[in-house]
Amino acid sequence: MTMRRLFRRGISLRAREALHGYAFILIWIVGFSIFTLLPLIQTFFYSLNQVTVTASSINLSFVEWGNYTRALFTDPNFIELLIGYTIETLVSVPIVLIFAMIIALFLNLKFKFKDLFRVIFFLPIVITSGPVIRELTAQGAASAPGIADLPAVVDFLTQLPRALRTPVEYLLTSFILILWFSGVQILIYLASLQKIDKSIYEAAAIDGASGWEQFWKIILPSLSTATIVNAVYTIVTLSHFSENQVIRHIYDQTYDVQGGIGYASAMAFIYFAVMILLLGIVYFFLVQWAKRSGQ
Amino acid sequence: MSHILQHPIAERLRSLLFGGRAHRGLLFNIVLYALLIAIGFVYLQPLLFMFITSMKSPNDLLNPMVQWVPSELFLGNYERAWRVLDYPDTLLTSIMMSIAPSLLQTIVASLVGYGLARYRFWGKPIIFALLLATFIIPPQNTVIPQMLTYRDLGLLGNPLALILPALLGQGYKSAIFILIFYQSFISLPKVLEESAQLDGASDVRIFLTIAVPSALPAYIVAFIFSVVWYWNETFLTVIYLEGGLTTLPMQLSRFTQAYENLYPPGTVNIFDRLNEAVKMSGTFLNILPLLVMYFILQRWFVESVEMTGITGE
Repeated sequence: MTMRRLFRRGISLRAREALHGYAFILIWIVGFSIFTLLPLIQTFFYSLNQVTVTASSINLSFVEWGNYTRALFTDPNFIELLIGYTIETLVSVPIVLIFAMIIALFLNLKFKFKDLFRVIFFLPIVITSGPVIRELTAQGAASAPGIADLPAVVDFLTQLPRALRTPVEYLLTSFILILWFSGVQILIYLASLQKIDKSIYEAAAIDGASGWEQFWKIILPSLSTATIVNAVYTIVTLSHFSENQVIRHIYDQTYDVQGGIGYASAMAFIYFAVMILLLGIVYFFLVQWAKRSGQ
Repeated sequence: MSHILQHPIAERLRSLLFGGRAHRGLLFNIVLYALLIAIGFVYLQPLLFMFITSMKSPNDLLNPMVQWVPSELFLGNYERAWRVLDYPDTLLTSIMMSIAPSLLQTIVASLVGYGLARYRFWGKPIIFALLLATFIIPPQNTVIPQMLTYRDLGLLGNPLALILPALLGQGYKSAIFILIFYQSFISLPKVLEESAQLDGASDVRIFLTIAVPSALPAYIVAFIFSVVWYWNETFLTVIYLEGGLTTLPMQLSRFTQAYENLYPPGTVNIFDRLNEAVKMSGTFLNILPLLVMYFILQRWFVESVEMTGITGE
């Protein structure tokens, strides 16, 4: 008891508060070290080695950056898949953002059967999982029905330069799929919309601003934070999605005799770097845009 | 021309069509509903397609005339998909393997969120940066060492493989849940806490008696979303549970193989071979429990934002 009292008197109120705070998050720090930090370091270590796993042990032989150069310069598929992933992500993000924003604007209005439409629009949150999406895509239920097969469209596509054709083709074949990734984003936009002070609209209406002007001058600037959050969320979700081609390739290589854990780890880190780069670019542009529209 | 437009009837017609200050016009409403229905169709079409295809008999599948309305009520696909999926067993596993980690994850996330929201201490920005990192780091950058460790400990295929990370706040998408709790605890007025402190209540007591009840909606929303995400997660689940437990999505992802084990292609007649109708039945059975849950609890999904007070920061 005296010890405790001494201890209590010995440290300031401020330090006690901090200690209690640490006590609450301690479990997370332990978890982070064991389940995220340590495996991350270990994966990086593997990526610098040729790893062979036997029933009882793991054998490493140091190859420096050999796995990385192999992935970047020798692997016939990896770079192509990586480019495909980059294009798909850059095409999908604006579509998801615009689409989610439009739906959120709709759901922020008052109209009949609103509840019914809300239930339908949030369905993707519940259903979007790898195997389900794979089955639906395989049966052709995920593409905009038949558009990509129309002769006129096929003609149009062959006229386009290759750099443009891939994104447009992807857009046509996976349009519905892209829309299925916008459930949570709608929720986030809706939250931001509901925070806008109603009196601003009224003041704008009295000043004679049309709905169109209100959107560009009031609504869009106040959605800038939500847009950044949504962009990050979309990129991360698309990049982690288990049907993602790059992830499938890495996963296959893990168990491959030719590839192995070391090689897969190196690819995982290259993929991670590309993803960070994409996040960085999109984040940079959106922050620039938010600054400009905020003024 | 202009005097016609100013006529009271024309004026009323215009107001009806294009709306006025106080109400929306008919035209606006027509466009609104047209768009809503079109988008709604985009979302429902795959489900509808799945459901209708799953009802088609082999004859209907071959008949190009049968597109949207099957000629008979055919449940044979479901019978087979049910057996291939080993439905009762995998369903139970799926339920257990999404509810147990979700429960732990929700509780731990609320503790961490509370610590971050209510206490001042050094290094908070670092913790937030690391939280964001756990959200961004792709699973394949951490999964292999974990898997090898689990293998050494004999935990592969064991429920603990999913439960342990959740218990230590590293469950699936845990950063999002921590932020949800952070948001809802930070809006809690400090006065309540301070008066309880003066009464001599301990921190744990304050957390349990004041913070938890006030954040009940956040708990429910976090738990529901967690269950859905755990249910749908297959990348980690396959790696950690393979060989031990089989969840519904796991079984669905090897549907073809499982089907051919049950109905070897060489021995059954052509109508009993695997076709898309059986596959769609399997897919539908896979999402059915989630659909049921969604329609019962839809209020919690749809209004989750208002209920938890997420502000979008």
